Amino acid sequence: MPSQPSTTSSTSSAAAAAFEYAPAPESRAVVDIRSSYGLFVDGAFSAASDDGSFKTVNPATEEVLAEVAEATEADVDRAVRAARRAQDKVWGPMPGRERAKYLFRIARLLAERSREFAVLETLDNGKPIRESRDVDVPTAAAHFFYYAGWADKLEHAGYGADPRPHGVAAQVIPWNFPLLMLAWKIAPALATGNTVVLKPAETTPLTALLFADVLRQAELPPGVVNIVTGAGATGAALVGHPGIDKVAFTGSTAVGKRIAREIAGSRKHATLELGGKAANIVFDDAPIDQAVEGIVNGIFFNQGQVCCAGSRLLVQETIAEELVERLKSRLGTLRVGDPMDKNTDVGAINSSQQLARITELTEAGVAEGATRWSPACDLPSSGYWFAPTLFTGVSAAHRIAREEIFGPVLSVLTFRTPAEAVAKANNTPYGLSAGIWTEKGSRILWMADRLRAGVVWSNTFNRFDPTSPFGGYKESGYGREGGRHGLASYLIEGSTY
Amino acid sequence: MARTTRASTATTAGTSERLSVRKTYKLYVGGKFPRSESGRTYEVLDAKGRFLANVAQGSRKDAREAVVAARAAQAGWAAATAYNRGQVLYRVAEVLEGRRDQLVAEVGAGEGLTARQAELAVSEAIDRWVWYAGWTDKIAQVAGAANPVAGPYFNLSSPEPTGVVVVLAPQRSSLLGLVSTIAPPLVTGNTVVVVASEQRPVPAVTLSEVLATSDVPGGVVNVLTGRAAELAPPLASHRDVDAMDLAGAVGLDGATGVAGIGWGELEAAAADSVKRVLRPATDRRGNDAEPDWTEAPRPQRILAFTETKTVWHPKGI
Repeated sequence: MPSQPSTTSSTSSAAAAAFEYAPAPESRAVVDIRSSYGLFVDGAFSAASDDGSFKTVNPATEEVLAEVAEATEADVDRAVRAARRAQDKVWGPMPGRERAKYLFRIARLLAERSREFAVLETLDNGKPIRESRDVDVPTAAAHFFYYAGWADKLEHAGYGADPRPHGVAAQVIPWNFPLLMLAWKIAPALATGNTVVLKPAETTPLTALLFADVLRQAELPPGVVNIVTGAGATGAALVGHPGIDKVAFTGSTAVGKRIAREIAGSRKHATLELGGKAANIVFDDAPIDQAVEGIVNGIFFNQGQVCCAGSRLLVQETIAEELVERLKSRLGTLRVGDPMDKNTDVGAINSSQQLARITELTEAGVAEGATRWSPACDLPSSGYWFAPTLFTGVSAAHRIAREEIFGPVLSVLTFRTPAEAVAKANNTPYGLSAGIWTEKGSRILWMADRLRAGVVWSNTFNRFDPTSPFGGYKESGYGREGGRHGLASYLIEGSTY
Repeated sequence: MARTTRASTATTAGTSERLSVRKTYKLYVGGKFPRSESGRTYEVLDAKGRFLANVAQGSRKDAREAVVAARAAQAGWAAATAYNRGQVLYRVAEVLEGRRDQLVAEVGAGEGLTARQAELAVSEAIDRWVWYAGWTDKIAQVAGAANPVAGPYFNLSSPEPTGVVVVLAPQRSSLLGLVSTIAPPLVTGNTVVVVASEQRPVPAVTLSEVLATSDVPGGVVNVLTGRAAELAPPLASHRDVDAMDLAGAVGLDGATGVAGIGWGELEAAAADSVKRVLRPATDRRGNDAEPDWTEAPRPQRILAFTETKTVWHPKGI
């Protein structure tokens, strides 16, 4: 990647105390990025009805990667009609075992083209190539492989003898894990016999558009998956379209509430996977080295742009000082910079808007009296960057302890007793995930019972698996994705809301 | 009610029939039987238009008090063992059985059923309660999972209660519909605020007396009577309510919504705190309708008010 000379110096200065690494950039040549992309509707690419488009940029360099069509209401309508036809005529009537084979094909094709997807994801999103290569793409392929096997076994899934699909699903996904969220949405929908209109996030449309090429190679019938790119207006048109039976949304709590209001009084079903403000709770008997790694992974994985990020560190008072010192020394070895470098730990923030939000909230943290710390690191001069940041002296009332920052910013709070830890952890409208670090098994289970969160990681953090249900309590949303539970909301017999 | 109605029409002097002692119909909140703080009551008639009772007309403030009571009771009810919740709920069926004749009279009068039809409805309601009581220590086995993740991790998913659930009880089926909507959230450890059928509230008041004299802790079920159109909106927008069952948002006449308030408006109000909302059922043509509660129940009504929690732990030596 020629446009990244400045990042090498930044990583070397941050890591000077530990190791020097030579730059190890992944090759960009593996992927062909077209200069412009259309909408993928009914098996073919086409321009937007008004020829509108927007640019998608590499957040690490601000280089424009491609022009992407911006779907209008008319385009959305065309996509929903195509999905309906495909559901009525082809995908709905198709035997489950045939649907399964298409999904297995998709899983294999993703694996075969994994390097291409990883590079494109990193270019469009800004995440380190190590993460897109080792987490996003393989987990996406695994998700298709897992749900493929369900397609011909639905009568044994616990939703009755003959569970039926809703019909056409509107799926709106975020920019933090573009391909992985696509897989989480499309795989269970297709396995259950639904067809799909997917809207990728405005800042990260490219892997979804490359996925359309996988569908071509898989010879998936036209209209089964339609991809309409655009911003909020396109998403609103899709969710509000009367031809939609089911809505699946991953994104902010504010937009999730708007969607819930929008579909109120209709017969559209919804699953919402929204924001979080997870507590990562460390007891004085925790395996401290593992805990430090888990805390770092919990908040700096994907630059902290993760809905289940462990953004509130709750440390037992007796070890708080020691733990913070060890965290600081670990943060000093994080390599921030060129996402395409295989040694990079922390990449670019996805967009200037997101960077502005992170900046605004961290400034509020300082203004409200918390103590801010970051390791010394030179950030590249172009692109959107934010140094790993740690706040101590944080109180539960501070905005940085209450609001989702969605960035590499950790707030440290302390507690004395397990009961206090539970009370502080649950003191949030969110309830997506939580972490517990202690060597005492009975305490883990006692805590896990009391934490109001959909995923509880004990002595680990940020683990994902296609078989493992994921989703929130309270204002983190409803419905589960992954596992047998992930089938429920795509089946009439399994849906409750 | 047929019996007391008959008695109340008799005169005192010169008859052999004794003048009955009438009951004051109150709310049931936090294990106590308060009048509405508003002091209001409204007249309830039987299916033939005869006076049955003056029933407490609950207010917004009563609704808020009921939510406070339900919240206070929730952690304890959820923390009880599944076996214990099953015992407690089964005990309710035992006490219901003892009130059988009273309930048959009340359901018959309110719903305009023959004695035989009313008996069938009450039998079904008691049996339905038993069916749900038996689910407490089984639902986690049916709805939970040990997930075979691709790595050295223990990974277990299990259903937990959502929290405080508001139930708009069915308008038509005053006991069987009531039982079929309040028992499912109780199974997993939710607590309930129920708004009784507006025009047929008498069996709900009797059920609250049953609950008070069984082993169900105060606040686990709170029964409001009154105008659904007055009580439902503040409950739908209440930030300490976690979920709503809108079964009762279909009028006696089949009209959708409650007294002019469409259930979509309630669902929209509920969206502000991301409440889980169970919509009214539909008939075969897709119109909003109160279901036939005599149909075999499914555990989906229990699952509608649960959250799946997944716990991970590494395996190692």
